Amino acid sequence: MRKLLPAALACVLVASACGTSAGDGTTTLNVFAAASLTEAFGALEKQFEAQHEGVDVRLNLAGSSQLASQINEGAPADVFASANEKNMDKVMDAGGVEGRPQTFATNQLTIAVAPGNPKGVEGFADLAREDLTVVVCAAQVPCGAATEEVERATGVTLAPASEEQDVKAVLNKVRLGEADAGLVYVTDVTSAGDKVDSVDFPESERAINEYPIAALSSAGEPELARQFRDLVLGEVGRKELTRVGFGAP
Amino acid sequence: MLWIPAGLALALVVLPVVGLLARTDYARLPELLTSGASLNALRLSLVTAVLSTVLCVLLGVPLAVVLARSRSRGVRVLRAVVLLPLVLPPVVGGLALLFLLGRNGFLGYLLDVTAGVRIPFTTTAVVIAQTFVAMPFLVVSLEGALRGAGDRYERVAATLGARPWTVFRRVTVPLLLPALGSGAVLSFARALGEFGATITFAGSLEGVTRTLPLEVYNQAEADVDSAVALALLLIVVAVVVIAVARPRALEGRP
Repeated sequence: MRKLLPAALACVLVASACGTSAGDGTTTLNVFAAASLTEAFGALEKQFEAQHEGVDVRLNLAGSSQLASQINEGAPADVFASANEKNMDKVMDAGGVEGRPQTFATNQLTIAVAPGNPKGVEGFADLAREDLTVVVCAAQVPCGAATEEVERATGVTLAPASEEQDVKAVLNKVRLGEADAGLVYVTDVTSAGDKVDSVDFPESERAINEYPIAALSSAGEPELARQFRDLVLGEVGRKELTRVGFGAP
Repeated sequence: MLWIPAGLALALVVLPVVGLLARTDYARLPELLTSGASLNALRLSLVTAVLSTVLCVLLGVPLAVVLARSRSRGVRVLRAVVLLPLVLPPVVGGLALLFLLGRNGFLGYLLDVTAGVRIPFTTTAVVIAQTFVAMPFLVVSLEGALRGAGDRYERVAATLGARPWTVFRRVTVPLLLPALGSGAVLSFARALGEFGATITFAGSLEGVTRTLPLEVYNQAEADVDSAVALALLLIVVAVVVIAVARPRALEGRP
């Protein structure tokens, strides 16, 4: 018994280290997608699996920069859909992309406020008002970079109460009532339903975020990876993406 | 045969740190560590972790004594409740704090209306979050020591005519000092590394609420080298604190 335990432990460690191959005849397609794509890609996953029998699409949803790091560190990934070009470039510079990435969707900022807009926010310039608690994304993440761009374009400087690490955290601060207004993407407001209202502002045109997708050169299933990419780029993908609020490239 | 699992345990703790050291960009290290954002984060982390450790000691010592010495059944239930922050995911802890002290939380609403005080997004919120997650470490280590020691010295002191407060000050506290030391170090270390409750409850703003762990996460988005350098700084601070506060622990003496 004394000798068994360490041996069993070692087995567990080894098995979990190489646990990506499914032993039951199904093929796994690993799709790494930005967190903002959760809803749209969830629907596309089902469609793809319905069209391809024996294929299990696994979505890994996280911040684009985390996904890019994971891919560059050798995580098993077949397709990468990023929320901005910078993180796709990181993977491309490391030689991880097959062919050229293609833009499949756009997203832009909007102001999330409490339902009914009780504080009467009317546009971007209002966010500098002193009576408002405003929350934005940190400059290091895509939504924060877009926020900075809009600030530069409008000459309005914000004094946020917090610079959050991702756009969902900003949205949550508004939903919980801790912040009066937050800068998020149009798609985030769509997915929040009636929990928040949004105030669109024309200056958001100055910072449009482009979403690139690519099949990866390390793909275990290169043919399936290309097919999934084409599904996203095609008519079906367009429909799902539009439904959740993404713009066309 | 203990050495195999012991070796595995050691490897699990040490090897990731070795990985971190191997990945550090030593040439850029001074430049990365002395940036304004890093120094602000370090300063904020040290100040808040010290404050929350002090709070943990001031509030946790009486709590541990009450828990260890009471014989009522209700107190035994309380002991389990005190451990909650240990098992709660920190993000959930942060949400719980928001629901209590946030603008729509019942205490937070009261504070806002009566005193005009708002806790979220302030350094106070960071200290509260750190105290919340760190306190159980202090209480648990003290309570264990108290139970081990028993209360015969206190009873003797009382029969010799000492008042309860004198007994607590002159007998209980000195007996507890070693456990208090290790409990305080544990609390400080936990407060220093606190991330989830802080980012949920206090937000993240340079110089106000962005402590070192939050800055590491922030930098990891843009520049992994910088995040690794900061993580190294966090490790160095933790090791220094352990070495200074518990030199005997390092030498293996009891």
